Amino acid sequence: MDIVSTFFNIDVLVRYMPLLLEGLWRTIALGFLSIVLGLIGGLVLAMGRLYGAAPIRFLVIGYVDVFRAIPVLVWLVIVYYALPFLGIRLSPFASAATALTMISSAYTAEIYRAGIEAIPRGQFEAGQSIGLSTFDLMRDVILPQAIRIVVPPLTNNSINVMKDTALASVVAMPDLLKQATQAQALAANPTPLIGAAILYLILLLPLVRLVAVFEKRLGRSARR
Amino acid sequence: MAKIEDKPIIQMRGVTKRFGKFEALKSVDLEVATGEVVVLLGPSGSGKSTLIRCINLLETYEDGEIIVDGIRVEEGRALRQVREEVGMVFQAFNLFPNLTVLDNVALGPVRVRKMSWDAARKRARTLLERVGIGEQADKYPIQLSGGQQQRVGIARALAMEPHILLFDEPTSALDPEMVGEVLDVIRGLVDGGTTMLLVTHEMGFARKIADRIVFMEAGEIKEIADPDIFFTNPSSERARAFLDAVLNH
Ligand SMILES: Nc1ncnc2c1ncn2[C@@H]1O[C@H](COP(=O)(O)OP(=O)(O)O)[C@@H](O)[C@H]1O
Ligand SMILES: [Mg+2]
Repeated sequence: MDIVSTFFNIDVLVRYMPLLLEGLWRTIALGFLSIVLGLIGGLVLAMGRLYGAAPIRFLVIGYVDVFRAIPVLVWLVIVYYALPFLGIRLSPFASAATALTMISSAYTAEIYRAGIEAIPRGQFEAGQSIGLSTFDLMRDVILPQAIRIVVPPLTNNSINVMKDTALASVVAMPDLLKQATQAQALAANPTPLIGAAILYLILLLPLVRLVAVFEKRLGRSARR
Repeated sequence: MAKIEDKPIIQMRGVTKRFGKFEALKSVDLEVATGEVVVLLGPSGSGKSTLIRCINLLETYEDGEIIVDGIRVEEGRALRQVREEVGMVFQAFNLFPNLTVLDNVALGPVRVRKMSWDAARKRARTLLERVGIGEQADKYPIQLSGGQQQRVGIARALAMEPHILLFDEPTSALDPEMVGEVLDVIRGLVDGGTTMLLVTHEMGFARKIADRIVFMEAGEIKEIADPDIFFTNPSSERARAFLDAVLNH
């Protein structure tokens, strides 16, 4: 057997493409949901960290530290295999979404915090001096400015979350990777794995490029 | 001069502010009458900014009390009420770069006074006309000169119709040729009956507009005087030395 028919076997690829695409949609759904929930969760955590009462601040600091330290796979396995002992039984999809969201929130919280802290103090003071509430100050003044700072690292984090969805195959979620390994076993040929890798690249390469563009643009405007 | 009523609109009693161990304000007492224009003078680091920033609680203080319009200035419920009544103009302008000039001015009335954007923008235009930059309304702050930006800063403060205006060195960040246009706007406010506390290094201007001069040094009020008396015959040695330094160089 030559390299091409082993790794790039078109027949195999075509036969198993529907299986792979099914996995791809699940991967996208899981990644998208976890990213969005992580963006919201992180914002809530960042607000608690910056403006909450002392006990809330310490809770958030603890949460962020723990979930940045724990390996994603370990936490995912705990959510799926250990929580049922507490009577909490989640589907593979729900387990993966929960685990990814909780960890992503810890990272986005730190990104938001850094972004908000990068806004000059005078902006907060000017907003306060006209009587804005903390909520209005954030919505109208601080976050619109912080967004420019946080978009590149948030996009980076989103890429990581999207990549980490592959770990869900461990808890039997039929995501892109799981479908590919299954197809590989059925076909007795590794082409589906290569196909999956290419689909991951098609999904993520544009995002990687996007971050580069953001960073270049931000660097330019910072220099101005 | 505007008519000054007797009732003090600001009362500071024994206000002490510490940064760590350092005392930036040492038991400061000051009363300001409604409609009065008070200019704070003193060497750099004497606590002028700290004093006026305590009035709208941009700085918290450790001891004493501040009463503004009958409301105790402290954290909590009353704080936003005080901030609605007290406008502030900053040395560094601190305009919101993400909003147009017009919306910088309209934001406060919309969010705090619950005015509609339409009504607030209409009023904002009037205010911008009043400070002489009506034609800049739809630009962003970064597109304006320093003097124009500071006039937006003043319009933004005025939009809340404050009873008290605080100015912290409003012209110190400006190129010399733009100082005049901002001082003109401030002078125009003097007769409007708004109580004003102004920190400035523009001595001629201070003498012209002040009802009283408050001279500070090392966190203390060393002298409170009528401007003509202060500039010709200050009672404290410290004030004399300060005037010597600023007027003869
Ligand atoms: N955030 C701060 N932290 C520590 N020290 C401060 C802070 N702000 C002001 N100070 C100190 O308090 C003193 C008074 O400052 P300030 O009120 O700004 O003086 P002024 O406005 O008269 O120049 C100065 O010695 C200054 O160094
Ligand atoms: Mg100062």
